[in-house]
Formats: sequence, structure tokens, C-alpha cells
Amino acid sequence: MKYEKPVSSAQQRFTFTRRTMFIGAVQGGIGLLLAGRMSYIAVANNEKYRLLAESNRVNLTLVPPRRGWFIDRDGKPIATNRADFRVDIIPDRMTEKEATLATLTKLLSLNVDEVDRINRELKTAQGFQPVQVAAGLDYESFARVSVRLPDLPGVSPRQGFSRYYPSGAAVGHLVGYVGVVSAEEYQKNKNPLLITPGFKIGKDGLEKTLEAGLQGKPGARRTEVTARGKIVRELTTKPDVPGKPVQLTINIDLHNYAARRLGRESGSVVVFDTLTGDILTMASMPCYDPNSFSDGIGRMEWKMLQSDDHIPMLNKALQGLYPPGSTLKPMVAIALQKHGVDPEETVFCGGGYRLGNRVFKCLGHHGSINMRNAIMKSCNTYFYSMGRRIGYDKIAVVARELGLGQEFELPFPSQRFGTVPDSAWKLKKFGKEWIDADTLNSTIGQGYIIASPFQLALMSARIASGRKLVPEIVLKKRKPAPLLSFPLEHLAVAREGMDRVVNAAGTAVRSRLQLPDVKMAGKTGTAQVRQIKGGQRGQSGAWKYRDHGLFVCFAPVDEPRYAAAVVIEHGLGGARAAAPVAKDVLTFLYDPEQAMASLRSLEAGWGGSIEERMARQAASFRAAQTGEGPPVELTEDELAKKAAEEKAKAELAKQEEEEKKIEAAEMAKQEVAARSKAAAAEKAARQSAGAAAQPSPTAAPAPPNGTSQ
Amino acid sequence: MNSIIPAPLLSLPWRIIFVLTSLVGFGAVILYSAGGGSFSPWAGNHILRYSIYLAMAIVMSRAGLDFWKQITFPVFIGLMILLVAVQLLGFVGGGSRRWINLGPIGIQPSELMKPAMVLAAAWFFDRLPPTRINSLDALWPLAAILVVPCFLVIIQPDFDAAIAFIFSVLVVGFVAGLPLIYFIGGGAALAVIAPLIYFFGLRPYQQNRVLIFLNPETDPLGAGYHITQSKIAIGSGGIFGKGFGNGTQSHLDYLPEGHTDFIFATMAEEWGLVGGLLILFLYFLLMRWGMQVAVNSRSRYGQLVAAGMTCTIFFYIMINLLMVVGLAPVAGLPLPFISHGGSSMLTMMICIGIIMSVDRHPGSRSGRFE
Repeated sequence: MKYEKPVSSAQQRFTFTRRTMFIGAVQGGIGLLLAGRMSYIAVANNEKYRLLAESNRVNLTLVPPRRGWFIDRDGKPIATNRADFRVDIIPDRMTEKEATLATLTKLLSLNVDEVDRINRELKTAQGFQPVQVAAGLDYESFARVSVRLPDLPGVSPRQGFSRYYPSGAAVGHLVGYVGVVSAEEYQKNKNPLLITPGFKIGKDGLEKTLEAGLQGKPGARRTEVTARGKIVRELTTKPDVPGKPVQLTINIDLHNYAARRLGRESGSVVVFDTLTGDILTMASMPCYDPNSFSDGIGRMEWKMLQSDDHIPMLNKALQGLYPPGSTLKPMVAIALQKHGVDPEETVFCGGGYRLGNRVFKCLGHHGSINMRNAIMKSCNTYFYSMGRRIGYDKIAVVARELGLGQEFELPFPSQRFGTVPDSAWKLKKFGKEWIDADTLNSTIGQGYIIASPFQLALMSARIASGRKLVPEIVLKKRKPAPLLSFPLEHLAVAREGMDRVVNAAGTAVRSRLQLPDVKMAGKTGTAQVRQIKGGQRGQSGAWKYRDHGLFVCFAPVDEPRYAAAVVIEHGLGGARAAAPVAKDVLTFLYDPEQAMASLRSLEAGWGGSIEERMARQAASFRAAQTGEGPPVELTEDELAKKAAEEKAKAELAKQEEEEKKIEAAEMAKQEVAARSKAAAAEKAARQSAGAAAQPSPTAAPAPPNGTSQ
Repeated sequence: MNSIIPAPLLSLPWRIIFVLTSLVGFGAVILYSAGGGSFSPWAGNHILRYSIYLAMAIVMSRAGLDFWKQITFPVFIGLMILLVAVQLLGFVGGGSRRWINLGPIGIQPSELMKPAMVLAAAWFFDRLPPTRINSLDALWPLAAILVVPCFLVIIQPDFDAAIAFIFSVLVVGFVAGLPLIYFIGGGAALAVIAPLIYFFGLRPYQQNRVLIFLNPETDPLGAGYHITQSKIAIGSGGIFGKGFGNGTQSHLDYLPEGHTDFIFATMAEEWGLVGGLLILFLYFLLMRWGMQVAVNSRSRYGQLVAAGMTCTIFFYIMINLLMVVGLAPVAGLPLPFISHGGSSMLTMMICIGIIMSVDRHPGSRSGRFE
């Protein structure tokens, strides 16, 4: 602008008015803009923001559903839910970890092991995953934490339900346990229920396999919360739908009894109902306590379970595989008859069987012996000779029909089905021909053949019932199982042989039932753990090299109702370790009082019930781990136990001595007068019965030597 | 007129007192709800302060324009000393040093500086001969009165206050008749240097505010939280709102600063769009009154002061409302007459008092250079 126009006051007033109008217009424009924007937010987007406000305001918490119960065949509880008070930590809401943990430790008097576990879980926990501090609290502890809550961000005390197994360790392997969902499981299925504090899923056993039905439907609690997460009030609550109860075929009283009766041994007991194939008992001991697993296990406890040579983590009934030993002989007897062997035909037993230049030993000199007595006496020579006559491939077919080597449709996470060898199997597996020595070994349940206690019990049940029973763990109405392919009289011979084992002059006469009108039939078995070398015979030495003791049985003899198998790992012998357990377990079915009396006296010698022994074991393990000496009372207790053991051992040796005398006398008689066998057997039976009348808790007749009785 | 009512009372600007009292009363209602249905801690205080400050404004309105001219320079110098004092012994609040305690009351000198800035600019343009308005003489004194106070508040750091100072001076300059080319050119220049200011002039938290303003959803739990929650509050209120005392966003603490900077959102949640439009209407009446006083004043000084003061109030309203509806970055400016807070209420009522004074003393048309 070259030409400067002089500005006057009048011009300025005019400019002022004009520009003020302009500013007014701008102000009005901004006002309209604001009004438009408000309308846009409040009217056009009202729905969206209303929802957002609502989702701010309302906090939806899932209420974990109560798990379905496990009940036994009579409706007694096996796994239930216990109302409990619990305290969790939500890791990502915690501000001062150390201080918070220290306060909780003081308030709840947590021990070192628990604090250690919490620290470990906090380290691995994702931000969303609640870490349990303690469960099963009493109201006072719960209240102590609750009142301190404002100082403890991230700590969440709540009332809920926890899984409770009234039988404790006895049912650990049967039903498994529950636990908090792991990060991997949550990655697979991002259901918010999975990370709700207090929610547990089945981690093992039936709890795991039947999860879908047990889980139930979660409830929901709508609460109004502030921005800081403080609950202002409850809005509505939808109750949870508990999971459906599962009725098992188990008879829980019998099961618990069997578990307790196993005592300090490592072993298993399986009992079948021979009418239906229902599994009445499937005990495997020792076992972890599923209650402590469900509460989150301490590292010490876990380490203890891991380091125990009795393998408490393994369900031995289904996953333990053992050479069945002589328990197979009744099965072989059926196979022999099927292939034309007359049960009355005798074989002369002179203490062994010669194959080429090798002698396969028998544990006695049984003289001329027929099928029934060969079962009774567990004469290896008879079965060597007859087995070789028909060949093992034919026996294997019968073994399979009776359930050996088979897998069953059962809701357990894993079952091992073992091996029933034959020539085709050997050729495939080792590329070698089947030889006669294999037949001899397999016939007496050694060598390649291995089976689980579960299968052995089923075999016994099928022989006893004559039906192809299908095992079942979940109770349901079923059609009677079809008959086996064997003629009844063939089965009868096997059963009679088993009857004689217990009730005549057999290997298990000491385990005869002390009942007026019920008799048990059975068959003992002793299985080598390793090859016999030199002087090592599996009857002495380190525990883990000792022979396994097995026993299969059924009762009553005339009209079989129950069948069972007992396997005691490294129990030295079937008659000595397994048969007495079977006797007490079957006695429990008919006369619980008598069985309990027997158990009480045994438990006194073992150092108390399962819980007491486990607690003591945990205490001494902890003491050993932390380097502190065990408490004084424990030492005394250990000493008492040791003394009891010594005493039992001495008694055992004495009885073995007597036993040997009896057997020797018997053998002599048999050799001298083979004809008067029946009379001799009766006499021996009388003698044995006399011995068995005095209840001897730990001792049972044991063979002096030999691989199989 | 009716002689029953005494003349001094009748001469009060009842119309605007009614508008202000409506705004403050509505503010008190909102604060009553935000306080959980209680006069304490906010609503009662709010009314009490207003009553005192209104009395103060009425007293101020008695003072003639010459009085304001006379005190402009001492007040300006006094406030600059206080701004320096704040730096030396002030209190830190909200990340910056703004407060100083004078006896029992806390004072924010940067707040009081805003009307003082208007007075100073008006005083200058009143003295400037009309012929010089296009020359450089009209510019450098403006820069002189801006630079020191702006520097002092920026180091607090209170960037918002500096912008408010500049805004006030520019508005006075604009209505005083500074060449339009300055504003157009300045606007263009600002567009160029704004990115430079952003990158080199702003502190990280201020940069963040701008970023989050541009896209609040990027930080729903951090700094964008304010805007997001504010929009949720306004949006969920709908047309008629959730009803008095039923706002969940404010009552459950989702809305931060629900009684100060974000009080409009608190209001909108419970009173809806209707409440928002009512407030806009009341502000419209207020602005119209202020601008009318300016236009009706016959002295140049009165015109400039009234327009400047009105625009200072408008600046608060505009920035605050644009912020709560998500159209401006988060700034710590309260909503005049409605938000709880003594310092801003004092500033607003000083502005009102001076506008009333201009209203009462329209003066003669003969200016200094007539």
C-alpha cells in the first residue's frame, strides 16, 4: 500500500463496531459448532456411549460353578464340594509384592513351603491368572484379611467352593484331582470362566476325563463398581448350575478299605462285580492326597512325591505292568482243555522239566499230578509239559479272550494294556522265531507276558462268571454280558483248581476266609523282577529287586459274586503278600467287623492310618530337606516302628521255617504214596488251617525258592 | 418507575446479574450432585464465593474508567512481581508452579494477569493516535507488554495462560483496528511455525496432550482417558439426561475432574443435551451483553476494555467446551461460573465487574484525539 490513508477516530469507531460484530459472529459460530457436536455425541451416538457407560459401571463377575459330585454305587460321596473361604492374588493388580506377601504371611500364618509356592506361581502367572494364597480358611483368618483389604491391592478374598475328597489319598488315582487352569490351557480356550478365581478343572483321572459333565454352568454376579474397582452394590445375581453328579460303580467303603489294607506296601487292589463287570474297587497305593493337589501343592510335597520309590504318582492298577506269574495257570488250564487235554491226565513232576539240555525248575516235587492239583500246587512241570503240547499261540487266544493284552473303553486318561505274546508278535518285535523255551516261560506267566492288575482281576472275573464281562466305572443299566466261548465244564475245572489253592492243600491256604458259609477261590503268583543270577533269587536283597506278589481270586466259590486281583510290588510272594490282602478285602464284603478288626491291628503296627503316616512322612521329609533333625517325638516313633519291623521279620523267618517243614513233609509223602494224594492234601490243609487260624498280620507262607509257586 | 425500590438497587444491571446467577446456580446444582448430594465440599462454597465476588463486582462497577486507567500500570507491575515470586516460592500443583499463598488465600497470579493484560492493551490503544495504528509503533509496545508475562508463565510451565494472554491482546488489537493483514499473515505464519512449536516448544506431556487429542482412542487408559470418559458421559446422557444425581460416570469416578474442568460432562450426563443447550444459551446472553456494552460505550477505552474482557471470558468458555466434547486438546481451563474453583471465578468476576463499570460509565463521545 503506497497510499497511506490517514485514520480518524470515527473510522476507528466504525472499524471497532464492524470487527466486534465479526467477533460476535465467530462466537455465535463456535456456539453453534458446540451445540452441533453435543447433539452428535448425545443423540446420534447415544446408543454407543450408553453402552460404554454401562460397561464402565457394571462389572460382570463369573461365579464358578460347583463341580458335579462323584458318588459311589450306593450314593455315598467320593468327591464333593466344600464351602470354603479363600484368598487369591491377582498379580497385575498388586503394587507392592513384597509388603503384601509379608502381610499375608503374617495374617494367615503361612509356612515357608507355602510362601515358596506362592512366589513360584506368581513368577509364572500371567497378569490375568489368579494365584491362590490359601484356601479352606476359617472365618477368622478370612475376616482378618478382609478388613486389611484397602492396604492390600490385588488381594482378593472370596467365598467359594473347593473340591473335597473325603477318602483323601485312597481315591487319588481313581478320581484324579482338580487344579487351576494353566496358561496353555487358557490359550487353547479363551473362556473367561477359566481364569475366574476359584475355578478349577480336572487335571487327572476321572476328574479330567469326565470334565465336560462335571463342570456345570457358571453363575454371574453383576456389580456396580467405581473406577477404582470398589464394589458399590450388587445388581443381579444369576446362580450357577452345578455339574451333574457322576455315579461310579465303586463301592467306596470297600475301596477305602482296600487302600488302607495295602498299608505301607506299593500295590493295587481291583475288585469286580462278576454279575455286571462293574469295578467295585480300584485302589492303588501309595498315592498323593488329591485334596492337597486341589489346593495347589507345595514344592516340598511335590518333591517328596517325586522322590518316593513307591511311585505315588502312578495308578498301578491300570498303568502298572507286571509279569503275571502263576496267576495265569487257571487260564492256561482252560486253554489246555479247549485243545483236548483231559483234566484227569497226569504229568509226573520230579522237580523240573527238561527241555533239551536245560532244566526248567518246579518249586516242588509233585509226583504224578492232574490239572486241578497242578493249579492247587502251582506245579510248573505240569504246565510246562502240557503247554508245550498245544503250543503258546493257542494259549494266547484264550488269554486275550479273558481280557489280557486288551484295552477297555474306560474314562481314564491312560491305561496300559501289556503284552500277550505269540509267535507272530515275537517275529514282528524281535525278528526271531518263537521257541519252546518261550512257551514254557509264558505258560507260567514269565518272560514276555505282562499284564496290569486290572486285567488280572478281569481275567479272574471272566473265569468266575463264564461271561465276557465288560468293565465299567460309571454306573449304568447294562445287558448281561455274553457267555465266553468255553464250555462250562472247562471253566469248572479251572475254578475247582482255584478252590483247592485256598481251601484244600494249595499255596494260599493260610488266606482262607474266616467266614461260616463263604469260601474264596484264588491263585497265587510270584513274579521275578529280574533274571535269576547266581545266588540272587529275588527273595532277598534290595527292595526294588525283590519279586512281586500277585493274587487273583473270586468268591463265593459256588456262586461267584466278586472277583479280585491284588498285586504287591516287591512283596516277595503272592501267598505271603497278596493273598492276605485279598482275604481281608473279600471278608470286608461279608463281615466288615471282622475285616476292620484285622485292619486295626495291622495299622497299629504300621504306624496309624494313611493320613497319619503321610503326615509323618511329609514332616520327616521336610526335616531332612531343610537339614534340621527330625522332631524328638518322631524319632521315638521311628524307633518304635523299626522295633515292630524287626519283630515282624523274626516272626516271618520262624514261620517260613515251619512252612518249609510242612512242605518237605508233604513232598516226601507225595513221593512215597502218590496214590493217597487226596488224603495227604486233606491233612496238609488241616495243618495249614490250624496255622492260619492264628491271625498273623505280616507273614504268609512263602516258598523257599523257585520262580513261581 | 416504582419508587418503592431504592434507586441504587434499581440501577444495578439486573439482567446480567440474573444471567450470572442462573449460571452459578446451575453450577451449584451440578456440584451438589457431584458432591454426592451434598452442599459440601463444593456447591456451598461455590455459592458463597459467587456472592462475595458479585458484591466485589458491583463495587468495582462504581469505579470510573479513569480509575482503571490509573491502576493499570501498578497492577501490571505488581502481578509481574508476583509471577516472579511464584517462581521463587510458589507451590507446585498439577506438575507446574502456579500458586502463591498470600495469607490464608492462595492466588494464581497468572489468572489475575489475564484481565490486567486486557486493561494494559486497551490503555495502550486508547493512547495511540489513530493515524499511527498502521505503523510499527502500534506493534512493539504490544510485544513489550506480552513478552515478560508470557515468559514467566511458560517457565511455570503454564502454556495455556500464555495463549490466553496473547489471545486477549490480539482481540483488543483486532477490535482496536490493527491492519487485517497482520491477522491474516499471522494466521498463515502460525500454520507454518505450529509444527515447529510442537516439536521444540512443548514439553513431552504437552505434546502428548496434542497427540491424544488427535486420536484419543490410542490411549484409552492414559491421557486419552479424560476425553474418552467425557464423551461417554455426554453421549450416554442423551437428550434429557439420566436425571439429577443419577450420573454414573461422575459418581463412580470414571470421569476425572468431574467438578472442575469436566463439569460440563458431569452436567450433560444428568441433564442431557437440554442442559447443555441451556448453558450455551446463558453464555450467549452473557456474551451478547458484553459485546453490547462494548458497542454502546462511547469512549474508545471503554469499548476496548469491554470487548477484551468479554473475549477473555469467551476464551475460557470456548476452550473448555471444545475440550470436553473432544474438539480441542485437554487444557486445564475451567468452565466459567460453573466449575468449582476460586481463582478462575475471581478472574471472571473481575472481568464482569470491569464490564459493568464500562456499562455504568459509557463516557463522552469525545476521545482524546477527537
